[in-house]
Amino acid sequence: MTVAVDTGPSGPPMERVSLVDLLDRLLAGGVVLTGDLVISIAEIDLVEVSLRALITTVRDELAPHGAGVAAGEEQP
Amino acid sequence: MNHPMSDRDRQPQTRQPPVRGEQTPGSQAGTAVYLYGVARGLDTAVLGGVTGVTSAPVRAVPEGDLIALVSTVDLADFGEDALRDHLEDLAWLEAAARAHHEVVDRAAQAAPTAPVRIATLYRDDDRVRQVLADQHGEFTRVLDLISGRTEWGVKIYVHPEAFDAGAALPEPQPAAARGSGGPGASYLRRRQAQRRSRQEADRRISDYAQSVHERLTRYARASRRHPPQDQRLSGHTGVPVLNMAYLLDDEHTKEFLDTARRADAELTGVDVEVTGPWPPYSFIDTTDTTGGTGGGRREGEGR
Repeated sequence: MTVAVDTGPSGPPMERVSLVDLLDRLLAGGVVLTGDLVISIAEIDLVEVSLRALITTVRDELAPHGAGVAAGEEQP
Repeated sequence: MNHPMSDRDRQPQTRQPPVRGEQTPGSQAGTAVYLYGVARGLDTAVLGGVTGVTSAPVRAVPEGDLIALVSTVDLADFGEDALRDHLEDLAWLEAAARAHHEVVDRAAQAAPTAPVRIATLYRDDDRVRQVLADQHGEFTRVLDLISGRTEWGVKIYVHPEAFDAGAALPEPQPAAARGSGGPGASYLRRRQAQRRSRQEADRRISDYAQSVHERLTRYARASRRHPPQDQRLSGHTGVPVLNMAYLLDDEHTKEFLDTARRADAELTGVDVEVTGPWPPYSFIDTTDTTGGTGGGRREGEGR
């Protein structure tokens, strides 16, 4: 088992956490308040905007390597 | 994923005056106050040396028994247009997310701390104090819920080849039973068998993931399911079948981790990955208490 950090609640801060684990939490959690600068982004578009950015970036990085890894259904 | 959205939020925001260009007493032109989270009983010395978003220093803004963790940031980075651009930039987003987390995490390890949604901005410290005063009841409720508890993440990945090895259907089905029909029918039968085999494997994997969840949730106050992660983002070679967050009383952490470790060792081809301790991001009811609707999804309350 990979325990990313197993120092117990009073241990030192987490080592470098994975961005994807962090975004699971930051984008879907936390107290939501209407700030003074709320812009539609913060309340509505943040999740979509960020994930789109992520996916796009990752796709760009993978693109040179060519074919996807998913095992697709054969064509009939 | 469940994120707050109300009809009100969809409409153009007209209630608050725009920040840009406005000056109120005590505010600096061109800046805003970024709010990371709200703590109770925090010794603010733990924030020493922490840098916030865009490398800004982190300050504490107290109001009654609550302490807001904030940074003064430049509107050149956090104004609407700038923010929209930045959020499309993965490097910027990552830096901001890590900085936000670092502040919340540091505080959460020292005292109950309610993380606030990323990119929550106010005009100045007075506005932050006003929000703490107005929302005192709500923050108190949240902080009571998370006091003495931490969040742990558990993800289960399956390597289907290994998981299937023992029970895969024999490759060629005996063609005797219904021999007619030629190569086309034989192909279809083979495809059906493959499909059944795959469905069976999927069902067993899903049952297994559920059984691990049931064992773990006995030690948890609450649990929340996150969507499976995109394999391209996680970089994990296994197929993600479960992505849970658990809120644990601190004294149950050891039993919980032992249980996860046993589950990981149980089956070849199945990885049980634990992350934590996390600030309780996943267990904050994500309702906009200042007017929105919606709510965080939470599963069974244990104990």
